[in-house]
Amino acid sequence: MQTAIDGLVPGIVGECGGEMSCATCHVFVDEDWAGRFAPVSEDEAAMLEATAVEPTEFSRLSCQLPCTLETDGVVVHIPDEQ
Amino acid sequence: MSEPVGRVVIVGAGQAGADAAAALRMAGHEGEIVLIGDEPSLPYARPPLSKAFLAGDADEESLLIRSPSVYEANRITVRAGTAVSRIDRAAREVVLASGERLGYDRLVLATGGAPRRLDIPEFARAANVLTLRTLADAAVLREHLRPGARAVILGAGYVGLEIAAAARARGLEVTVVEVAPRVLARVTSPVVSAFFERIHREEGVEIITGATVEGYEVAEHGDVTGVRLAGGRVLPGDVVLLGVGMVPRTELAAQAGLQVDNGIVVDDRMRTTDPDVFAIGDVSSHPDPRDGGLRRLESVPNASEQARIVASVITGSPRPYDAIPWFWSDQYDLKLQTAGLATAYDDFVVRGDPDDGRLLTVLYLRGHVVIAADTVNRPADFAAARKLIAAGKPVDLDVLRDPEVPLRSLVATVTRGNR
Repeated sequence: MQTAIDGLVPGIVGECGGEMSCATCHVFVDEDWAGRFAPVSEDEAAMLEATAVEPTEFSRLSCQLPCTLETDGVVVHIPDEQ
Repeated sequence: MSEPVGRVVIVGAGQAGADAAAALRMAGHEGEIVLIGDEPSLPYARPPLSKAFLAGDADEESLLIRSPSVYEANRITVRAGTAVSRIDRAAREVVLASGERLGYDRLVLATGGAPRRLDIPEFARAANVLTLRTLADAAVLREHLRPGARAVILGAGYVGLEIAAAARARGLEVTVVEVAPRVLARVTSPVVSAFFERIHREEGVEIITGATVEGYEVAEHGDVTGVRLAGGRVLPGDVVLLGVGMVPRTELAAQAGLQVDNGIVVDDRMRTTDPDVFAIGDVSSHPDPRDGGLRRLESVPNASEQARIVASVITGSPRPYDAIPWFWSDQYDLKLQTAGLATAYDDFVVRGDPDDGRLLTVLYLRGHVVIAADTVNRPADFAAARKLIAAGKPVDLDVLRDPEVPLRSLVATVTRGNR
């Protein structure tokens, strides 16, 4: 999320600033990358029910996706609506 | 095509100001952007101040809304630690406290608010009567939240209750004093107030509602040591926190002759009475798109949305303000999410047991239309409620009252055939 906010990427809003309260940083992690992040926590799973666009098995809140060496270069798809 | 706009000056570097700068670039504004803030730091998020920051789970760097390099990369000049003393509309300049004049083509006022102070003589010399709005305030407050200390919080709004939760987590004894007959009286219904009172009591907070403060005990060195209630009871305190609301910072606008009415008055495109001057965020007194009249909202989503509106207007693709307000508050393990404004409702539906547990959904209706909702730890209901409110269509109350039917399934019935 922070990378998208810093990059002024349209389509990732992040209104709550990463507190898992708004579900406006919803992304679909590209299939090839999905396994490299820590699994969805209980709190994140609950908020993923609150996204504007129907979530899929690849849905994540991007505020919960840290940039690490392991995830450098990650591809995510942005939903039509937050 | 109109002339491209030159320099946009934004006064106020909180959420609204910072987001306006970013939104202007995202909307294609090519001219200069100057973001002026009177606090020393780059724009940061205020909501965590009363939550993660007080709890010690967030530091100053993690609060920054955008990384420092973003401003330079996007040609946004940030003048932090800079106060504006007045606006010279005739010359189209802002005058800084240093005397420097800065010209503008468009001016955005995002001056926010200041915590309401109570004009009480006993507070004059007290170093332990605190308010919370800024990072500096939060740093001082955090120092006072020592395990075993006693905190007396005056005011049971979001800020007061969030601080109560943070103080309990840090091992303080906490008393919350509220003059209204219930907590969160200004923002929610009696059923939700009762729910939050119960939770705070379960967490060991003493809540005194309908209180009348009669006076304050003051030590020789000037600190307040106790709050005296009508009837004589004294609540001893090592720290006293005032959570009694904020006052919009309208001085600059008023001095410049702009219309002020509980905030800086704007139209649905955030224009003040001077079409080159805009106001956004906590300070804007803006038209209520549903009920008419002027209203003011203190929230991050409102600040961000109005920032996007002002950017759309300045860049020549104006979009009117029509968002459904929403709010959140984190206390203990509770995540309260509110959509819409629960004003002038004629009926409400409770899903869940307000007297037990930590889950709750309350929907507010006018006619049979959902106009607002409070949810606790039920984000799916929150999402569904937002859609029901946006649809603005009557719903089947029997279905709404049936906790076995997910709210989500109602959304389909009100949105079907709409488009």
